[in-house]
Amino acid sequence: MGKRLAGIFWALLFLAVPVFGVATFAIAPAYDHWLPKDVSEHGASIDSLFYFILALTGVVFVVTEVLLFWFMWKYDAAKQQGGATYIQGSHTLEVVWTIIPAATLLFLAIYQMNAWADVKMRRPAMAPTVEVVARQFEWRLRYPGRDGTLGTADDLFLVNDLHLPIDEDVLIQLKSMDVLHSFFLPNVRIKQDAVPGMKIPVWFKAREAGEFDIVCAELCGWGHYKMKGRITLEPRASFDAWLERKYAEQQTTQPPPESPGDLAASN
Amino acid sequence: MTPPTAATVAPTTVHGSVALHAPRKHRPVAEFLSTYVFSKDHKVIGLQFLFSTLLWFLVGGLLALAVRWQVAWPWSDVPVLGKLFAQEGGQMSPEFYTMLFTMHATVMIFLVIIPILAGAFGNFLIPLMIGADDMAFPTLNMLSYWFMWPAFFAFGASFFVEGGAASGGWTSYPPLSTNVASSPASGWGQTLWLIGLTFVGVSSMLGSVNYMTTIILMRAPGMTMFRLPMTIWAMFITAVLQAFALPVLTAAGFMQLADRMFGTGFFSPEGNVVNNTVTAAGGGQPLLWQHLFWFYSHPAVYIMILPAMGMVSDILTVFARKPLFGYRPMVYSIAGIAGLGFIVWGHHMFMSGMNPALGITFMVSTMMIALPSAVKTFNWLGTLWGGKIQFTTSMLFAMSFVSMFIIGGLSGIFMAATPVDIFIHDTYFIVAHFHYVLFAGTAMGVWAAIYFWFPKMFGRTMNEFWGKVHFFLTFIFLNGTFFTMHILGAVGFPRRLADAYHYETFHHLQPLNAFMTYCAIGMVATQVIFAANFIYSMFWGPVAGRNPWNANTLEWTAPSPPGHGNFDYQPVVYRGPYEYSVPGVEKDHLMQTDPPNAAAAAAAAAAH
Repeated sequence: MGKRLAGIFWALLFLAVPVFGVATFAIAPAYDHWLPKDVSEHGASIDSLFYFILALTGVVFVVTEVLLFWFMWKYDAAKQQGGATYIQGSHTLEVVWTIIPAATLLFLAIYQMNAWADVKMRRPAMAPTVEVVARQFEWRLRYPGRDGTLGTADDLFLVNDLHLPIDEDVLIQLKSMDVLHSFFLPNVRIKQDAVPGMKIPVWFKAREAGEFDIVCAELCGWGHYKMKGRITLEPRASFDAWLERKYAEQQTTQPPPESPGDLAASN
Repeated sequence: MTPPTAATVAPTTVHGSVALHAPRKHRPVAEFLSTYVFSKDHKVIGLQFLFSTLLWFLVGGLLALAVRWQVAWPWSDVPVLGKLFAQEGGQMSPEFYTMLFTMHATVMIFLVIIPILAGAFGNFLIPLMIGADDMAFPTLNMLSYWFMWPAFFAFGASFFVEGGAASGGWTSYPPLSTNVASSPASGWGQTLWLIGLTFVGVSSMLGSVNYMTTIILMRAPGMTMFRLPMTIWAMFITAVLQAFALPVLTAAGFMQLADRMFGTGFFSPEGNVVNNTVTAAGGGQPLLWQHLFWFYSHPAVYIMILPAMGMVSDILTVFARKPLFGYRPMVYSIAGIAGLGFIVWGHHMFMSGMNPALGITFMVSTMMIALPSAVKTFNWLGTLWGGKIQFTTSMLFAMSFVSMFIIGGLSGIFMAATPVDIFIHDTYFIVAHFHYVLFAGTAMGVWAAIYFWFPKMFGRTMNEFWGKVHFFLTFIFLNGTFFTMHILGAVGFPRRLADAYHYETFHHLQPLNAFMTYCAIGMVATQVIFAANFIYSMFWGPVAGRNPWNANTLEWTAPSPPGHGNFDYQPVVYRGPYEYSVPGVEKDHLMQTDPPNAAAAAAAAAAH
């Protein structure tokens, strides 16, 4: 009897895994411990894929964990009179549980390609809206200025304070001066490593105005944790006004910076 | 350490027999050294690996606690450890924090998981389970252990050099790790890290050559490849993975060393400016390191789980008293994981700037590698179905391996989906994923194996009651620590940040992190129970017979502990390893060496 109680105890402990697992995911959004607000156009396809995989894996998780619990409950040695069933396997079952996951995984693989291509492959044909140059431990920004071309004398230089217009495609040219960094905009569902020696294009279209975090998501040294920037998404008119204001400020207060930042930014 | 049996007293070296009859003053020392220190006996070497790795496990665990402390209560004084590392006022600096998580991962991966699976269990079990008297190359085997010591020294000493131990992450991505100006620990700390890594690699390579040769050439009569227990299949395929993947890491390590020492610039692009100084060398590519590193380190992920899968498969059958469900599919799926394991490394680099079209290729292969893992999980469930389950400590750990591996396996699909990875890459979601695979999976599998083979190692069984307490608390605390990490990942909480709470997006996550740290402290504290049980049982545990679990495989026919040469008679194998509860047979298990009885022979003859 004691042995049977022990078996029940252990089976229930394993049942707690799916119970608490599902509960954790169910409760977390209510406490705002969940995907941060998304303001991008492509973000919906990423989030819906996340939910789709969550549902799919959630079902597999619950079914397999409950089966494990059920077997522990039912086939407890303390409960059984006879011996174990002598089964070495089942060809049919092997085929079934190979084909079904294979088809599901293949479907998942093909299903998501489009979303990936939108974010990383179908680059809009346009000149860069801004160049972001990462360095330990700041985000250096360079707007093309009035002539719309990067690398000319009227470029606008700023640090950590990125402004971009909403409701239109923006193209960021991402670089790094020193080590690896990663340009992470949680609310725009964008992440891209900045690699020294490479110019990497990053693009998106924001749907909503607001001010959000820029986070560095690739270890870049002791100050990695405070490599923080802010991104302000605003309508075109106020974006243009902001650009003009910053441009006027630069004209009066500072000469265009020379090397080494310039050196790295122009190669 | 081990109670002397006729076999252990028997000569272990050419000089040993002389020593028995003509004791001279220095002889006992020489005898002790050759038996327990510079031993060529695979069992002693296995135990040496086991003790070394368990000690490093403790170090890695304490490093993890220090990491957790900073994440939960950034910039507050660290109790005990703060004074130990002589930090100013007990508060850790951000560079100290980066060093902590770098060395936590390094220690756990290179000094604990890889050597405890291949080194400790591979060494101890392979000859015993295939019916050999020792490894094919005993001297090489001894060397594989002693090559770990330069690594122990290099990693250990790196904590005390100027700038501290390596702090570029366990992946050591250049230019952070190659450019001394970019990080205080990119000086001697990183050099020692690379040297340590090289020695671990040499040790693994010596081991893997030995394991492959031994398994191919030294099986007992009748032990065909498809009569091998899953443990041996897993060890064999792991050895193959090691042998093919390691040279790439070793070469990459030397290239990074050359970049640092001679300025070769393999991984540094031209015009790189670090700390306002233009670096001299150029013409290299930071992504090259990532490709080379992950070409090894992704197969290494399977090196870190396959042996545990093998051992768990064997333990499940013993305590379910049932044959393994789908033996051949299990073998093929291990081989499938190993094969596909070589073409999925790019999924670590989806966000790296690698060609996004290549990302699609790696995404498809990564999705496909989930398949053999799924097949294995279903077969484990099939093994339990219709069984007669005995809830021993070892079995509980083995079943928890299955339960936890399901979580770790499923969470991997999120990262494999490239669009989702854009958001969760380098967040706590991946931290949750690999801790479910490596801690909740492999470490639980290792505990299952320790409780299971302890009687064979030391001739005594571990205490079951305290074993179950150890299991229960570890199980609760590990889920408290790691399951919640998925939630952090869903918020986008990045890993490796000394303090993320100044971000608007993450400032509300501190209470959850504090909860996780309490669980982590509980988890490490629980291991005191394990350590006490282990040490007590080694000397005073109940004496175990040859086959305390009524298991089938060959090691259980040898004395506990086996003497030098392992078997007191030549084992001959008549059947596969999983003949439990065979209908028409009186006992519920047929050992691999049990001669076929008349009835079975007659039945077999009739069938043909």
